[in-house]
Formats: sequence, structure tokens, C-alpha cells
Amino acid sequence: MTTELLKTEGLSKRFGALAAVDGVNLTLPSGRLTAVIGPNGAGKTTLINLITGSLLPDAGQVYFKGEAITRLASHQRTRKGLSRSFQLMNIFSRLTVLQNVLLPVLSRHGSTLKPLARVDDQAKAVAEAGQILKEVGLWEVQLHPAGALSHGDQRLLELGIAIASAPELCFLDEPSAGLTPVERATVLDLIRKLAVERQTTFVIVEHDMDVVFSLSDWIVVMNRGRLLAEGPPSLIRENLEVREVYLGEELSA
Amino acid sequence: MADRSPRRLTALVGLLVLALFLLPWVVGRYSVYLAIQILILSVFSLGFNLLFGYTGLLSFGQAGFFGIGAYACAKILLAVPNLFLGLGGGVAAAGVAAVVLGFLSVRHTRIYFSMLTLAFGMMVFSIAWKWRDFTGGDDGLVGIPRAPLEIPGLWSLSVATQERYYYVVLVVSLLAIWAMYRLVHSPLGLTLQAIRDSESRAEFAGVPVRTYRLIAFTIAGLYAGLAGALLTPLENTVTPGIAHWSTSAEPVLATLLGGVHVFGGPIVGAFLFFMLKDIIVRFTQYWLIWLGAIVVALVMGFRGGVASIFARR
Repeated sequence: MTTELLKTEGLSKRFGALAAVDGVNLTLPSGRLTAVIGPNGAGKTTLINLITGSLLPDAGQVYFKGEAITRLASHQRTRKGLSRSFQLMNIFSRLTVLQNVLLPVLSRHGSTLKPLARVDDQAKAVAEAGQILKEVGLWEVQLHPAGALSHGDQRLLELGIAIASAPELCFLDEPSAGLTPVERATVLDLIRKLAVERQTTFVIVEHDMDVVFSLSDWIVVMNRGRLLAEGPPSLIRENLEVREVYLGEELSA
Repeated sequence: MADRSPRRLTALVGLLVLALFLLPWVVGRYSVYLAIQILILSVFSLGFNLLFGYTGLLSFGQAGFFGIGAYACAKILLAVPNLFLGLGGGVAAAGVAAVVLGFLSVRHTRIYFSMLTLAFGMMVFSIAWKWRDFTGGDDGLVGIPRAPLEIPGLWSLSVATQERYYYVVLVVSLLAIWAMYRLVHSPLGLTLQAIRDSESRAEFAGVPVRTYRLIAFTIAGLYAGLAGALLTPLENTVTPGIAHWSTSAEPVLATLLGGVHVFGGPIVGAFLFFMLKDIIVRFTQYWLIWLGAIVVALVMGFRGGVASIFARR
């Protein structure tokens, strides 16, 4: 159906005696919105950290578009088209909203090293950043300091920063954490829209099962560092093992 | 954010620069000497604040680069009396040292970075103190000429009087301040501020964070070296004391006094530093204690420093 974008082979990471990620073989085709679920401590965030380069694995390989990127630094992976957001709010809080999105654009254009040029004169990059702000709905507040935005708007800004590096594959670690139902709906709609319009393949880590089942095309279930099951949402719902490990309470309630 | 009335600000800066050029006609020798010191500390502090306010790295070792700039300038002027070479050599020597020590220092952040830079700074001080054959030990180097600005065979300008030397320092400082202003408003400046706010987010914007920290560290070293090199012909001597950690404290204090988050903060701070010092030493030799108390009061009173009062919206 689609091309293989990312593949991991036997990816493993131990923290002392704990096997946080234990021999994970995962394939992510382009264009398929995948959700990674699992109980706390299942290794979801560690898996993302290994794929995006925040951590280096003890064993295993990561291939992105057929190329081994296992040992590359995060910023090099970003340049190749891999991006992410973080579980805890992570923005440039003292910069303006526009500057937050401008940085990844400038970086992609290779113009962050210019010491005597004016930021405001980087017209192409500024226009591109402005376009992204329009898409995530923060155009009006572009000159506000990012740290002064509401929690919901900061989540939108995070999405904006994540897509500003024009990733082909983008990991979102709990994109709707701490949001009100209305804000959550906004964020989810935005992810759907961006996936189509920017041809970005999103992978989300999420605890909210409503979000997971409504948004994703494919679900990967993790437990104790291993892949327990994967499949389309309808099949995952029926998978007994998964229900016991993770969904048990919610479905039997 | 200080750009509420950019035209008024530009006019103010223009008037200030004009006043600085007219200064030697208006005030006496001692005031001109003070003005040179203030300009030198301004350059020193602006470099320091590129690291501290803009990149988020607190260095306690800038006196090391200040000292290297001063000693290199002294050695060159004693051998070849040409101020271009002295200043250029001082800056270059400090820059080389900053690349090497920066490479080792920027692997760490926060308190670990501060402690490393403190240690490296004191290392420079020890070398200046112990290597008697080269640095003159605790006697330092004396009889350094205020050499002319010279392009051999073509052009030569004597700057031996303090008044003339003031203009050298003024022009060089204004150029350095202008370059720093452009830098912090450039894409490079934006990138450094982003690193300050979130290292991990910057990394995933595609920025090789450590490389950019090293760039900031090197530029701060160049500015410290320039400041040190400018001091040597003024005093005609260099002693190891200028590489001591207490000299590193000067840009820290000046920046805190003037304001970390306003571009002109370190310049305002350098002015206040010498004005306060000049007033307090008339009453007590323990001027540093009183200056420290004032800095504490200022930091607690208005956290942004004195310059932030004027920059408020």
C-alpha cells in the first residue's frame, strides 16, 4: 500500500536491571497515522527517544527511508526529516510565537549561522513561519512571548514547531495532555489536517483511548518494553490479551 | 521589546555617541581615564552577556581570556610597536584559547560549566603568576608603549597621549558594540536564545547545540581578549591580577547591575560599576562590599537590572 518510512530491528535499551525497550521490531509506513499505547512504564517514550536520537540504544538498528540512522545525533535526524514533540511542554518561552516557528525554518534553510544578517530580512523564512502559524491558528498572537500563551495554545505552538522543520515523520508524545475537551478536539483536528496537507506521517503516544481510536489508522500496543500487538483499531479492540493488559478496566466498566 | 519608540531610542544613542566624541573637550584627564575604563568594561561585559543572557551559560572565567588578550598585546607591543598588531594579536590569542577551552567547557551546562570556566580562568592566572620568564611573574610586564597605529611604509598615527588613545578605544568599542547588536538580532542570535530557552527543542529544530555554544563561547572570548588588549596600552603595564577570578566578577556584576535581558544592560552596568566604585572608594577602601550590597538590592528590587526600567512597556 505505502512505502516503508521507518524500521527498527531488535531495538533495546536497559536502565540498570530494567529492560525499558526490549528487542522491538517496528515498521512505520508513510501516510499511516499510528498510535503507540501501553500502561505507564511500558517503554513508549523510551522507544521514541531511541528512534529520534535523544537516547542511544544498547542494541538494534533504526532505519529511516532505508538508511541506518541509529548513531546519528538528534539534529542530524531532524535535518533528514524526523521530528518530535515532547511529553512535557517544550517551547522557547522567552521568544515570540513567530520566532519559535522561525527557528526550525531558518535551520532547514541553513541560515542560522548568519551573524550580521537581520532576522526580519529573512523574508522567505518569515513568510513560511507565518504560514505555519496560520495553519495552527496562532497568527494573531505571533508577536506575543510564547511563555505567555495559554496551555492549549502552547500545545498548538508545539505542533507548529514540530512541523516547521518539514518532517516526513513526526512523533507527538501525548499531544493532548492537560487539555480541555474543546482544546483537545482542536488539536486532534489539526493533526488530521496537517497529516493530509503537509503529507506528514504522525505517530502519537496517547493515554486517552477516545483519542487513540478516533484518530489513528493503526495501533501499536507496548508492555514491559515489548511490542504486544499491532493492528487496525477494530482488531486491537477485540484482542483479548490487549484488553487484559491495558484496556481491561475501560471496556469492562 | 525595548523598541516601543525606536526613533527616540536612535536619537538618544546618536546624542550619546556625539557626547562621547566631545567628551575630552568638556571634562578633565581623570574623567577621560574613567571613560576609557567604562568602554573597556562595556566590551568585556557585552561578550560575557552573549554567553549569559543570550545563550544561558554563566562563565566565571572570562578574566582568563581578558588576561590572555592583555598579555599577548603587551608581548607584541614590546617586540613590535604597532597598535594594530597589538590589538589584533590580543584578540586572536584570546580567540584561539577560547576555541580550545570552550571545546572542553561547552560539553557541560549550568553549575558544571561555571565551575569549569572558573578553573580554566584560574589556570591562566597561575600561568601568568608562575611563568616568570615569559610573563614577568608577579611583577608583570612594564614599560609597554602606547604604540602608534601604523601601516608600515604607508601611514602612521601616534596615539601616545591619553586623549588620542581615548579615541582609539572609543572607535573600537563602538564597532564592537555595533557588531554585537547586529549579532543578537541576527539568525545566529535567535538560535542562541532558543538554545537558552530549551536545549532539547533546539536540537529538534535541527540545531547542533554544542557547536553553537562553542561559537558563543568563542565570540565572548574574542570580546574579553579585545577588552584586555585595550587595557594594556592604557596602563602601560600588565600584572597577573587582571586574570584573577575577581576580574571575572566585574562583567558579572556590571551585567547584573545594568540588566541581563536588555541589549544595552551591560553598557549601563559598566557605567554604574565605575561610578559607584568611584563614589564609594572616597569613603572606604572596602568598596567591593558596598558595591556587592547595592547589586544584591538591585537584583532583588528589579530583577531585570537598571536598564529594564527604561525598557518596560
